[in-house]
Amino acid sequence: MTEIISAPTGLAVATPEQRELPAWRLLLRRPTFVGGVLILAFWVVCAIFGNAIAPHDPLAQQLLLNNKAPSSAHWFGTDQIGRDVLSRVIVGARTILIVAPLATILGTVLGTALGLALGYLGGLLDTLVGRVVEAVLALPAVIVIFLFIVALGSSAVTQILVIGFIFTPLIARTVRSAVQVESQLDYLSSARLLGDRAGRVMFVEILPNVLPTILVEFTVRLGYAIFTVATLAFLGFGVNASTPNWGSDINANYGVIGAGYWWATLFPALAIASLIIGINLVGDSIEQVLAG
Amino acid sequence: MTQNDAAAAPATLTAPAVQVDNMDVTYTVRGHDRLALREVSFEIGRNESYGLVGESGSGKSTVALALTRYLPRNGRVSAGSISINGQDPLAMDAATLRGMRARTVSMVYQEPGKALNPSIRVGRQVAEVYEIAGVGHNEAMERTQAMLGKVQISDPGRVMDRYPHELSGGMAQRVVIAMAIAAEPSLLILDEPTTALDATVEAEVLDLVAGLRTELDTSVLFISHNLAVIAKMCDRVGVLYAGELVEQGPARQLFDDPRHPYTVGLLRSIPRQGQRKDHGRLDTIPGFLPPPGYDLTGCIFAPRCSLAEEQCRQAEPPAFDTGPGRTSRCYRHDLAPELPRTTPADMMLPSAAVETSDPVARLRGVSKTFGGRDEAVQALVGIDLDIQRGETLGLVGESGSGKTTLARVLLGLIPPDADATVELDGQPLGPGIPQRSRDQLKALQIVFQNPDSALNRRHSVRRLITRPLVKLAGLSGSALRDRLADLVRSVRMEDRHLALRPRQLSGGLKQRVAIARAFGGGPRVVVCDEPTSALDVSVQAAILNLLADLQAKEQVTYLFISHDLGLVRYLSDRIAVLYLGRLMEVGPAERVFSGPHHPYTEALLSAVPSLDGEAPDRIKLTGEIPSAANPPSGCVFHTRCPRRLSSGICESTEPPLAEVEPGHLMRCHIPIDQLTSLQGSGSAS
Repeated sequence: MTEIISAPTGLAVATPEQRELPAWRLLLRRPTFVGGVLILAFWVVCAIFGNAIAPHDPLAQQLLLNNKAPSSAHWFGTDQIGRDVLSRVIVGARTILIVAPLATILGTVLGTALGLALGYLGGLLDTLVGRVVEAVLALPAVIVIFLFIVALGSSAVTQILVIGFIFTPLIARTVRSAVQVESQLDYLSSARLLGDRAGRVMFVEILPNVLPTILVEFTVRLGYAIFTVATLAFLGFGVNASTPNWGSDINANYGVIGAGYWWATLFPALAIASLIIGINLVGDSIEQVLAG
Repeated sequence: MTQNDAAAAPATLTAPAVQVDNMDVTYTVRGHDRLALREVSFEIGRNESYGLVGESGSGKSTVALALTRYLPRNGRVSAGSISINGQDPLAMDAATLRGMRARTVSMVYQEPGKALNPSIRVGRQVAEVYEIAGVGHNEAMERTQAMLGKVQISDPGRVMDRYPHELSGGMAQRVVIAMAIAAEPSLLILDEPTTALDATVEAEVLDLVAGLRTELDTSVLFISHNLAVIAKMCDRVGVLYAGELVEQGPARQLFDDPRHPYTVGLLRSIPRQGQRKDHGRLDTIPGFLPPPGYDLTGCIFAPRCSLAEEQCRQAEPPAFDTGPGRTSRCYRHDLAPELPRTTPADMMLPSAAVETSDPVARLRGVSKTFGGRDEAVQALVGIDLDIQRGETLGLVGESGSGKTTLARVLLGLIPPDADATVELDGQPLGPGIPQRSRDQLKALQIVFQNPDSALNRRHSVRRLITRPLVKLAGLSGSALRDRLADLVRSVRMEDRHLALRPRQLSGGLKQRVAIARAFGGGPRVVVCDEPTSALDVSVQAAILNLLADLQAKEQVTYLFISHDLGLVRYLSDRIAVLYLGRLMEVGPAERVFSGPHHPYTEALLSAVPSLDGEAPDRIKLTGEIPSAANPPSGCVFHTRCPRRLSSGICESTEPPLAEVEPGHLMRCHIPIDQLTSLQGSGSAS
């Protein structure tokens, strides 16, 4: 301590501040994080530059070359109407990587605002809205989303809005409990004693402290969103039938697995799986690093 | 004390209960070996009580873990030897080790709530100890009942049917002690057993342990950061500093005549024998405890020692013999008692005279009821209190007495019940913060108990301290920069600390940031809510000095809340005593402490263990603190009052808070003259 008011004996003891590595450097030391990021980076590159990378035109039908097994010309084989599966997998990343993250961001932003208000203000608001949130939670998310998409018609915007809104109460609940823990702490009293209003207390004082929780929740929800978007496409509610889409490709091809044509189904399925695994690897690493 | 007689008894011919020779304990942290204990040697004789005292991080608990072989996976005894009753726990196989833990050694930890299984009834848990020893179920239950009686639980049969969460802290700790002694261990390890308890409950538990020791055939290793508790409970003491046993000896001698500069420094940083701030500043120990595994040539304390010379930095001092049964690891142990002060003794005192006519804050009829109509809990009942300008008003009472609620009502964090009046400088204050003006907010600030909770851990120190300067004092530009620099200097921090986050600071530095924040807006009244109870002794002294300096410099009034009566006495001009939300006594500090005082105050004072020996006519409080939801009739203290009148008036009528002498108010039926004669002899201290 700098207890020395005046140091007659000339004692000099340095203050031992703890040096600590920033979180991102701890993350980079984790092979799981680096692996997850590489997987995600691969798919992001595919989503952006898909048409340039793809070896063939993903829409070009070569009926004479249909149902060909993987070969040097078509690494992932061709589907029932002779389209190159590899090209379709690469280009198919685009829709899912636009819809799922945007929907998750929407849900996270709304859920965070709602969770902060419920957790900090509490009272009647918390009781009333809390019941609504629980009611929504009681319904299986995918089925609710499916109902709305059927009712509203499928487009990228509808999917983003519907998934985002359905995720809002889920995320709000997580944020709310994190905020309630923070609400016990004296720094909020300190802020109130400075005359700070609720809005500032929530967004300037509490939000930075619950951000780690929100970040982890975001990665978990992103995985679910990808799964949901793929499921909708599989069920025939894809965004646009003319662009390649992993979910609808699986749907179009799984009927012929029995005939031995497994590749047109397996590779889009692997694409979905690898994307979700990549997100979970990143999410788990973040959670572990933030937990200390 | 009786323990000293026990120590004087000749040792039996068998091996000592514990013998530790040159023990090193190493923790492996990320592939690096860190030495946590270094060449620790001590011995605990049969029926002896040995105390280990040290600040946090000194390695006290590591000693206990090493003895019972409970060191975590990354820790190991890397040198030296341990022997318990002549047996080496390090060499035991799993079955023998289990046997030793079941029958020979018992431990009692700090948190009784965590030591009991929450889902098993108390009786079952204690009986299990007997059943492991091979006793049948019915007999085990009978013995459990007898044992709970032995630890002075008044209705053992009923307590056995309860779950741990239904017990108070003191009661739960009694149950833990009952479990520990049920196996009739030959060594009982108590690791901070009363730290989580109130002073009155602590006194009861300590009395219980002292009584059991004379009754049972047990050696005790008592670990505590509290020097007075160790002095009360132990025959011999070892002082642990940064993993080294720097001084050892008989308790009384060691505390009266310490021979290691660290022990000297520790003892000087505690206010003793009724020391008050006008007697001078507390001395402090400069610098920091070295981090674990810190590699240092020479004496481990040399960097903080004002006696250190070249020799101390060259080679580690051996344990010098400083008297019968005493050792000190210091080359200059002869000079240790004359250790130069590191803090000048003179102290600036607030110049503002205490004027009784014009209080800075005035509370009238302040009550606070929590909960609904059916289960209302009255946390505060009709408090009338004036806080004088420039004074320090000490607020004392057991936990649950309403100290913190009172402070929060004053600050506006909790609105009081409807008919309460709170005034600041004669102006009524709104019940909550939104109803108060910026000037009124500015005037009232607080230093919280726990800086970890009070500082936003995501904000930098600069941001934390700047905020009240901008928001309350309305500063900007160069005025802001100047005031920030001034404030940082006032709390004796350095500019380089400004960029750091709270997590990167030590406990003492964090509390300095919290103090700077409280003073940023230029407050007139600062509430200090247990500001040092989360800190180590040597750090505590520095914070108290700082608070006293700031009071003189900024001319503020303190409402100082603490359970540590020594601190309250040191710092306060007046004292207010709360019990179950009622003001029992208010008066000048010296009057309240030296008596005649309220029987409750008397009991609180006599519960506190003192380094200076105990008052001969100690009065003891028995019984649980009643629930505020269901307070006793009449005088709320009558259920525990040692001086209750036989006329029955205490049970039937609540006494008023009456002025018994100028400026000294008391809520008691016993006339002041009678209290004077009852308490007369004990008021010397």
